[in-house]
Amino acid sequence: MTQPSVSRANAIDTSAMALAIRRHAVDMTHLGKSSHVGSVLSLADILAVLYGDIMHLNPADPRWIDRDRFILSKGHAGAGVYAALAERGFLPREQLKTHYQNGSKLSGHVSHKGVPGVEFSTGSLGHGLGVGSGMALAAKRAGRANRVFVVLSDGECDEGSNWEAIMFAAHHKLDNLIVAVDYNKIQSLDSVANTLALEPFADKWRAFGWHVAEVDGHDHAALSAALAVEAGERGQPSVVICHTTKGKGVSFMENAVLWHYRTPQGEEYSAACAELGRAAGEHEHA
Amino acid sequence: MRDAFVAELSEIAAVDPSVMLITGDLGFGVLADFADRFPDQFINAGVAEQNMTGLAAGLALEGHKVFTYSIANFTTLRCLEQLRNDVCYHDADVTAVAVGGGFSYGQLGMSHFATEDLAILRALPGMTVVAPSDAWETRLLTRQMVARPGPKYLRLDKGRANLPVDEGDVTLGKVRKVRDGNDVTLITIGAILSEVLKAAAKLESEGINARILSVHTLKPLDAAPLVAAARETGAIVTIEEHNVVGGLGGAVAELLLSEGAMPTGWRTVGLADCYPTIVGDQDYLRAAYNMDSVAIAAAARAVLAR
Repeated sequence: MTQPSVSRANAIDTSAMALAIRRHAVDMTHLGKSSHVGSVLSLADILAVLYGDIMHLNPADPRWIDRDRFILSKGHAGAGVYAALAERGFLPREQLKTHYQNGSKLSGHVSHKGVPGVEFSTGSLGHGLGVGSGMALAAKRAGRANRVFVVLSDGECDEGSNWEAIMFAAHHKLDNLIVAVDYNKIQSLDSVANTLALEPFADKWRAFGWHVAEVDGHDHAALSAALAVEAGERGQPSVVICHTTKGKGVSFMENAVLWHYRTPQGEEYSAACAELGRAAGEHEHA
Repeated sequence: MRDAFVAELSEIAAVDPSVMLITGDLGFGVLADFADRFPDQFINAGVAEQNMTGLAAGLALEGHKVFTYSIANFTTLRCLEQLRNDVCYHDADVTAVAVGGGFSYGQLGMSHFATEDLAILRALPGMTVVAPSDAWETRLLTRQMVARPGPKYLRLDKGRANLPVDEGDVTLGKVRKVRDGNDVTLITIGAILSEVLKAAAKLESEGINARILSVHTLKPLDAAPLVAAARETGAIVTIEEHNVVGGLGGAVAELLLSEGAMPTGWRTVGLADCYPTIVGDQDYLRAAYNMDSVAIAAAARAVLAR
């Protein structure tokens, strides 16, 4: 059997990986004139910790049976997954330039077709957790120790289908299922609080039978500790509510509803690049 | 038909541990035996069809052959996007099984009438769409569907055609010629075949010899016998317990036009793009909405008169 290429003992530098994901995200949304850069920046640290530290993956064998499964249910931040996969060697960094371009396999919402390492395609919210529950149940029935990680957005928790899956996973004690919620408090038109309030959010998950942890979603040590859950450890599914800042890492994008849809161009692109420590046009993947 | 389906699936599940049956909390008195015999292959997902279908996709992507089970609109329309995005886009081996095709639950009202499912499901790329006409046909098609990977839809009804069992005559993806004739072809799908047979008997007494083709597999559609029918009999009537928009009639019309096999006369018998506002048993509603044997025979006479 092929051994996992990552274990927690020889973890990658997740801070460097998160910075790379942020640089890719700004470049990809600039080149593609596309949306959702704020969502990817919010998620970059969670992705870096999962892909760089927590998950057992094998870039040389993307379908390795014992791999941990990952589903980005908030598919609009798919650029972040492509960036993480490129950083881990699943696809060439150069390919990231094709994101959103005519003929590209790298769609705005994450798609698995022809992209090694993408487990599942999403884009319509409220789909990932049900599918992840099925994958977790299948792993248990097969006696495998792999885990299934699903990332939800906060706005996505408006979708009732999530709560169907939340009930199902607790009822079936899917303790190999670990959810991270990217709780940046902003959805597409307004704040979460002004749209459909989620609070008391942690209490809701607890009441539904889940183990709940709350962390600063940009603190890698805290993320790493909370997400390092082994299959069979708890007897219940786990959720890590990650308190994040939408647009994290680019000051003028932080906590701004505008940057859910706005694309970084012109001076804003240059300024974003400068804040991420390099000159505009100096693409990470050039 | 549902008993036939469950009986056949039980035989398959006994030798294929990858087969799983997931119900959306329906099937009282029908699924208990399966659940008892195969507790590791049975899940009641609760009244939560979106999750049931996503869950099925997840299990299928991990190697299971998954059947989801509920009343027609609940395994299809309620979770249509899960079928589209999670099952079809991922080529997942999930079969959505619907009981209560057409007016099977005629007294329960509009919410329980399955009269758009064939049109909507056949519009999904990669979806195999099957509606057997009788119990024994259901058993044969269920077995063949298990052997065909990918997304599938199985629409069950109350089959009363009572034709003799002919195992060699039912092949997934093939049209079944139920009756030979050269004056007009009656093309049908599902259990309403029993009305079509009655109509053909009436027509015969009037000297009209009707061919009957039963299209148990609406997708992929078996072109050759349909094209041959148009060329050989000229007049075509399609019959479905379903809206006349987009179902069997639509599929056959698309095919014949594409093949250049223009019928000399054409009628679609089905629900006239409306929602029934009355209830009744299946026979009552077929008559009330002009798709019983009387209406079918009248449509055949009309195409011949043109």
